[in-house]
Amino acid sequence: MAKILITNREGEQSEIEGEIGISVMENLRDNDYELEAICGGQCSCATCHIYIDESWMEKVGPRNDEENELLEELECVQPGSRLSCQIEFTEELDGLVLTIAPDE
Amino acid sequence: MTQTIIVVGAGHAGGQAVATLRQKGFDGRIIMIGDEPYVPYERPPLSKAVLAGELEVERTFLKKEAWYPEKQIDFRPNTLVTSFDRRAKTVTTSHGENLAYDKLLLATGTRVRKLQAPGAKLENIFYLRDIDDTLSIRKQMKPGANVVIVGGGYIGLEVAAVAVKLGCHVTVLEGLDRVMSRVVAPEVSEFYDKVHTDAGVIIKTGMAVTGFEGQGKVERVTCADDSSFPADLVVIGVGVIPNVELAAEGDLAVDNGIVVDEFCQTSDENIWAVGDCTNHPNALLGRRLRLESVQNAVDQAKTAANAMCGELKEYAEIPWFWSDQYDLKLQIVGLSEPGDEVVIRGNPADRKFSAIYLRHGKFVAINAINMIKDFMAAKKLIAEGKHLDPVKAADAEVALKDM
Ligand SMILES: Cc1cc2nc3c(=O)[nH]c(=O)nc-3n(C[C@H](O)[C@H](O)[C@H](O)COP(=O)(O)OP(=O)(O)OC[C@H]3O[C@@H](n4cnc5c(N)ncnc54)[C@H](O)[C@@H]3O)c2cc1C
Ligand code: FES
Repeated sequence: MAKILITNREGEQSEIEGEIGISVMENLRDNDYELEAICGGQCSCATCHIYIDESWMEKVGPRNDEENELLEELECVQPGSRLSCQIEFTEELDGLVLTIAPDE
Repeated sequence: MTQTIIVVGAGHAGGQAVATLRQKGFDGRIIMIGDEPYVPYERPPLSKAVLAGELEVERTFLKKEAWYPEKQIDFRPNTLVTSFDRRAKTVTTSHGENLAYDKLLLATGTRVRKLQAPGAKLENIFYLRDIDDTLSIRKQMKPGANVVIVGGGYIGLEVAAVAVKLGCHVTVLEGLDRVMSRVVAPEVSEFYDKVHTDAGVIIKTGMAVTGFEGQGKVERVTCADDSSFPADLVVIGVGVIPNVELAAEGDLAVDNGIVVDEFCQTSDENIWAVGDCTNHPNALLGRRLRLESVQNAVDQAKTAANAMCGELKEYAEIPWFWSDQYDLKLQIVGLSEPGDEVVIRGNPADRKFSAIYLRHGKFVAINAINMIKDFMAAKKLIAEGKHLDPVKAADAEVALKDM
């Protein structure tokens, strides 16, 4: 088990024990965070948008091409923007800090 | 006094509704009744990643099994609601129970349309709606097997793409003159026909299936033009029928779907309905319609859950949808109609193009194929009712959002 530190849309912070080997999106969904993830992780909808804390961006790695195209068209895109369904949660990400982006 | 909400149907819409009710702070009783053995799950991967063996079944669950007791949701799988009584405010289940409600939510979805042809009950003839269907189909999709798919809609074609990748010999029999004719323009159908053909799938259009032959198991599919196709496995995808009988027998207004208003309320003020089973108004489209999509199921479920908590937020979204076949990401926004002007942006030969639909110059729908930016821009532009110049729109060098 590894931790994820999350700031929700109301600005409240909380921490969860993440499950390894599934996506960050599934971890957020299983723990009841408000996140739509309508396409269920198919990289087709951009409704699982999160911001990765600056200190974690390098470890999490870059966006993939499809993800990048979806993100670039969003209004509230930021340098730390990622689609949470495209990040697999691993031991290396223990302590990951992220914020759930607004619903567009 | 504690209020009781009963949800009938534990599919995508039912699952989303109970999650939103608890998120909104509804602390009364929630009973969710579904006739399937599983917690609410996502169906889209059933014809895609789950069928391909790339995603475990559990990962399609909207919430894990433990979530329901944790949230004090009384979830009753394997249970059919057989009737409800509006006056007494009770529902009756297949286990013979009578349960009282204060508010009722119908999320009964659709069921597959069955073919009535001779031999249609032979073994190895499948429909695809639930997890068990997918697992049964998957088991029979052995390399070298002859797979015949009846119906060239998006589900049939997704199954074809998976089957041919697994090494099956795949034939698709479509009744109309082109594939996916209900949702895309002829140019897009033609493109998908070619992609499948290039991948080794045999696509036959204008085929009327007359029956199935075999000893116990299906061996052949026969057609009206006397042709026949060898089959070890048949998958039929010829559309769905909304589950409205329960509502109709309960004396609610039904007309190709349970009739609801913009807050998903039915003709009874204590009963709401959401998802594939509803006939609902959409102010952005200026008409009533029934949709079969996750976006609609999720957004309506939220609307109804909000309304049940006393928060009225009208449901009006431009419909959107997706389909994955091979390396092609098809994303659809809006509803096109025959007679719309179709503008092709980009080159189908590059496997990257969009079909834009204009109605009297107004941008009403798009089929974006590996054109993610177009899809995202279209969501906004279509909702705004933007007018586009067809010549400019055809220029894929200019971003849609800059038009
Ligand atoms: C193979 C497949 C692929 C799909 N792909 C996509 C896609 O790529 N994108 C997309 O947007 N949509 C897709 N869809 C459609 C999408 O899954 C549906 O729109 C969505 O599931 C609708 O949700 P719903 O809750 O309204 O209905 P359902 O998910 O059908 O749920 C209804 C549930 O109610 C149960 N039920 C019905 N009557 C009763 C009763 N009387 N008592 C108890 N239980 C009852 C049913 O058994 C069912 O479990 C796909 C569907 C399928 C089958
Ligand atoms: S869930 Fe749809 S893009 Fe991540």
